Amino acid sequence: MSTQQTSPPPDPSPAIRCRGLHKRFGQTVAVKSLDLEVRRGECFGLLGPNGAGKTTTIEILEGLTPRDGGEVEILGMRWESDASRIRTHLGVQLQESEFTDRSTVEEVIRLFRSFYPRGWTVDELIGFVQLDEKRATQVRNLSGGQRQRLSVACALAGAPDILFLDEPTTGLDPQSRRQLWDVCERFRERGGTILLTTHFMDEAEALSDRVAILDHGEIIAQGTPAELIRGLGGAHVIAFTASAEVSEEALRAVPGASRVATHDGQTHVTVDDLAPALPALLAAVQAAGGRLTALSTHQATLEDVFLHLTGRELRDA
Amino acid sequence: MPELSPLRELVMARIRSFLREPEALFWTFVFPILMAVGLGVAFREKPADRAAVGVQRGTAAERYLPALRAAAELKVSVLDDSAAARALRKGDVAVLLAGRDTLVYRYDPARDESRAARLLADAAVQRAAGGARPVATADDRERVPGGRYIDWVIPGLIGLNLLSTGMWGIGFGLVQMRTKKQLKRLVSTPMRKRDFLLAQMVARIAFLGLEVPPIVIFAWLAFGVKPQGSLLAFAGLVVLGAVTFAGLGLLCASRARTIEGVSGILNVVMLPMFVLSGVFFSASRYPAAIQPFVRALPLTALNDAFRAVYNDGLPFTSYWPQVVILLAWMVVSFVAALKLFRWQ
Repeated sequence: MSTQQTSPPPDPSPAIRCRGLHKRFGQTVAVKSLDLEVRRGECFGLLGPNGAGKTTTIEILEGLTPRDGGEVEILGMRWESDASRIRTHLGVQLQESEFTDRSTVEEVIRLFRSFYPRGWTVDELIGFVQLDEKRATQVRNLSGGQRQRLSVACALAGAPDILFLDEPTTGLDPQSRRQLWDVCERFRERGGTILLTTHFMDEAEALSDRVAILDHGEIIAQGTPAELIRGLGGAHVIAFTASAEVSEEALRAVPGASRVATHDGQTHVTVDDLAPALPALLAAVQAAGGRLTALSTHQATLEDVFLHLTGRELRDA
Repeated sequence: MPELSPLRELVMARIRSFLREPEALFWTFVFPILMAVGLGVAFREKPADRAAVGVQRGTAAERYLPALRAAAELKVSVLDDSAAARALRKGDVAVLLAGRDTLVYRYDPARDESRAARLLADAAVQRAAGGARPVATADDRERVPGGRYIDWVIPGLIGLNLLSTGMWGIGFGLVQMRTKKQLKRLVSTPMRKRDFLLAQMVARIAFLGLEVPPIVIFAWLAFGVKPQGSLLAFAGLVVLGAVTFAGLGLLCASRARTIEGVSGILNVVMLPMFVLSGVFFSASRYPAAIQPFVRALPLTALNDAFRAVYNDGLPFTSYWPQVVILLAWMVVSFVAALKLFRWQ
């Protein structure tokens, strides 16, 4: 692409910084004194269940929702004084925003490109999101994944420094998700910063350098995905159900066990290493006079981190 | 890459989204023509309970005033020269009685109503004379252009169409963009808000080219309704009316969050004008007490100005008050809409 990423003056200010962010809707507190710092060039994931305050937070940062308290700085600028300047540096993709049904891909991108003083050409944008074959297709005839890539192309029209993505892959099939992730990766390679909200743990893990886990409007954990998983104390999770109850004490005695939790009748034991842990666990079940009815193991994920922190699973939180 | 103009792109986006919606096209462009056909056929004769008879002041006709006034089936008005000619052309009087020495009936023989009024008036005059010596009369059957109901109703239909396409088009379109979060998406870019609102207006004016000429041409070919006055003045009024109604549409849509909400508001605003503003029958039929209100409505002002140009071929001096009323509505609704407009 011919146009460069805008290079703001070598400035130590982070891409996004907010402190003590606060927002309430009537009696409901949506965001509670939230602090966040996103460095230039990183992809930061805001992870949490529906209703955790992710969209409210990102829309405050985008300058679309007024906040009740706290400070926001975007690229060292403030919404109060520099709104129109900030806008030229941002690319925003909204959750559930639709384009005019009867416009074609090319027309929609042209429209958005016309708002920015600089940026990529319409052809470059279409190529970047791999919609070349669909350029003359009307929006109503696009698939969900194609629409979402069109939306990202519009967000990229002004060659932004920061790209905001709110639940970009919700409702997409696996292949469409991959294609969208690919677009994000290529934007990052060009030095772009991404702030992403998602309730998919795998998406946060795949795309983000760092994540913040949000629950009830508060950040309950923050760090790289690896750090957060390490924080669980183990790298593997054994999930099982048995015909008799096995005491938590017995399970804690399993070699390398760092955490035991029962959820929906299924017991999760987090361990360092499976090889010594599994035989010991089987013995504990037998000693309790029961039989295994189901057993599975997986590498610990952010899903397990969320379960550990909240006692709830993300999808039904 | 050549610089893209946001205003141009926004206007084109609006126009395209409209032109690619076949149903919208139908309602905007075909509906008024169907309406004209229906009314043109249905109202070839204008129903009148009493025949409206005009007596031109200072003519032989004045002598027969007592006789005419005595006839219960006649509604008599005494008119000055210029007012008399205009009343006849507009159809306010069905027949005009004048003449220097001999009594002359002036009327349009193509109108049933006028022929009937002439007979009724003559009967009253002859009856008063006692039948012994019939009063000598003459007929002036010069056709008066623009005197039929269809002549009168076409400008009203154009006004009505401008009102509904302007308000529905702008109001609906904007609220739809708001519910689909398109407006929110647009304000997240550096787009200037005034470009967006201006684009709605420009697109609206562009549609007029498709909206008004068909009905003018159709009325001309099918019913022989000819614009009497300046086409340029008429075009100017069309644009003024369209922009005024677009401003009202903008105002109605400035806060509404749902399609149902804006429909309700639009109906409340438009319904009184449908009824009161002299689309299908003259607004002067309403009682004097509410006339100031009726005359202040933007559609009444537009229809009156339209008819002054279209039917009567009058100069600007005769309809400038209506233009002022429209301008006032336009400015007030735009300013209010800009203050109230909700982008999200």
